Amino acid sequence: MRFDSALGLESRKGPLAAAARFVVYGLMVVAFTGPLVGLLVSAFSKTLDPTSFTLWPDEFTLENFVQAGEKNVYLYLLNSFVVVGFGLLLQMLVSVFAAYALARKKFRGMTVVMLLMLATMMLPEEIIAIPLSLVLADLPVLHLNLIGTYAGMILPVGAWGFSILVMTEFMKEVPVELEEAARIDGAGELRIFATIIVPLCRPALGVIGVFGFTMIWDQYLLPLIVATESSMWTLPIALRSLRSDEEVGIGVLLAASLLALLPSIIAFLALQRQFMRGLTSGAVKG
Amino acid sequence: MTSTVTRAGATTAPPRRRAHRVRWRGPLVAWLFLAPALLLFLYFKFIPMLVGLWKSLFKVQTFLGDEWVGLDNYRTIITDDLFAAAIWHSVVLALGTTIGSLVLGLGLALLIEGPARYLWFVRTAAFLPVVTTMAAVAEVWRIMFHPADNGMLNVIIGWAGVDPQPWLASEHSSLWSIMLMSVWRGTPYDMMIFLAGLVGVDRTLYEAAAVDGASTWRRLRHITLPALRPVFWILFTLAAIRGLRVFVEVYVLTNGGPNNSSEVLMTLIYKLGFQKNELGVASAGGIVLFLATLALTVIVQLMRRRQAS
Repeated sequence: MRFDSALGLESRKGPLAAAARFVVYGLMVVAFTGPLVGLLVSAFSKTLDPTSFTLWPDEFTLENFVQAGEKNVYLYLLNSFVVVGFGLLLQMLVSVFAAYALARKKFRGMTVVMLLMLATMMLPEEIIAIPLSLVLADLPVLHLNLIGTYAGMILPVGAWGFSILVMTEFMKEVPVELEEAARIDGAGELRIFATIIVPLCRPALGVIGVFGFTMIWDQYLLPLIVATESSMWTLPIALRSLRSDEEVGIGVLLAASLLALLPSIIAFLALQRQFMRGLTSGAVKG
Repeated sequence: MTSTVTRAGATTAPPRRRAHRVRWRGPLVAWLFLAPALLLFLYFKFIPMLVGLWKSLFKVQTFLGDEWVGLDNYRTIITDDLFAAAIWHSVVLALGTTIGSLVLGLGLALLIEGPARYLWFVRTAAFLPVVTTMAAVAEVWRIMFHPADNGMLNVIIGWAGVDPQPWLASEHSSLWSIMLMSVWRGTPYDMMIFLAGLVGVDRTLYEAAAVDGASTWRRLRHITLPALRPVFWILFTLAAIRGLRVFVEVYVLTNGGPNNSSEVLMTLIYKLGFQKNELGVASAGGIVLFLATLALTVIVQLMRRRQAS
């Protein structure tokens, strides 16, 4: 007898056990992917009202995606990509820089900085939504108004405690000897950082990259507060306005929803190993 | 998560030889590297937090200037029936979603544990809801919740002989319908973390139990579940906090309706702040939500410690 699992289901032999397994796992897959498959199928079918949402393909059509163009869906998609592109770049740079200090340097006040980072993760961003809108409208000291600007959607996601901590944990593992050898050869701080530490952390970059992408892509309240003009809407917040259309029914909404879902699903499937690693290294979205 | 980080942070780094000529440069370099993160945190986390605390004591008026009202905003919240209902809905939704996802997640993790290749496929497929964009998924569910007889979910429960339900359209079922979707999205996440916990269970204990002739149920009860206890508490805390601050799901599915039956704290705060321009009261609401989150975290930690000792 083998002991690969708590219930030992796999070691049960016979057609009955196999059938039971098939049913249970089949139900699981259908339950969790059903709505997503339904969206995929319906977005390419003639969907007139909510009752024509279906798992079974009807008449294949691209009409919904054509109509989506007229409703500015591709502009919203572009906005989303601009925000996620610059946001992720900024977030990863900031994380790598901060992690370098936290993992490779010793200085007074480090514990306090660590605690502050953890505090930002415990603090749900929704709680500060209202005051954040006031701060964004008039940045203290700088007196800039970021409401109605892309920067207003990008800068607030630039620093994320989760990314910094994951990166820090990883950078601690890089052997000190490498760094010292370079230092003896006369390499400066930036050079050591850029040519030794960062390249060795490539796997961790994948982890914070995929988590950061889904985190920024999924932002809702922030663009809702910042994007006052509809021309700046990101796709997730635009969905509400696409709900009903007299000519094509819910087709545009379905096409837009699909476009909003695909990027994070693709990012997840492409970087699945890194994603699971981030998840199980005790990492948690927050 | 917190425990892993603090544990790793506590282990002292191996002693480093450092070039003596740059003794002062080390800390300076460190602060320079930290500066972007600290600046962004300061501007977009800490200052807003303080501003929120400060504004919660004022009647905020754009043109007339703010007027100090002390704790009046908090008094408004405590005495307002809408707020009381919203707090209650938030708690019900948070607890229901948390417990539902935990129980289902644990059950599915146990069913799906094992090294077989096809299980990897089932896991990946089941995990997809977690990475999907909330707003888009909620729109899909809103369509599936269509209350007519031929709405998708009504057709499905019809196969089981259940009468069509009004789902989001009724005061009596709106909150439960939102919960259903949240459990759908939360379960795979819990399942994955439980699976990671199951990998860590000592296999020799299973063997020992088999030698002693213990049943599967006893093995589960005395070996597997105790080993998962730390994972359980972490998931519980995180999910409950997430549940309390829920916004997008409710905003998209019902926007608090019908007749405020699914209004939660965040949707109410949002409406007060951005639609009625009651920024002072809305800020106070944010602080209340913050305190609730903090209290919850502390209570769970205390319970955990008591159970451990």
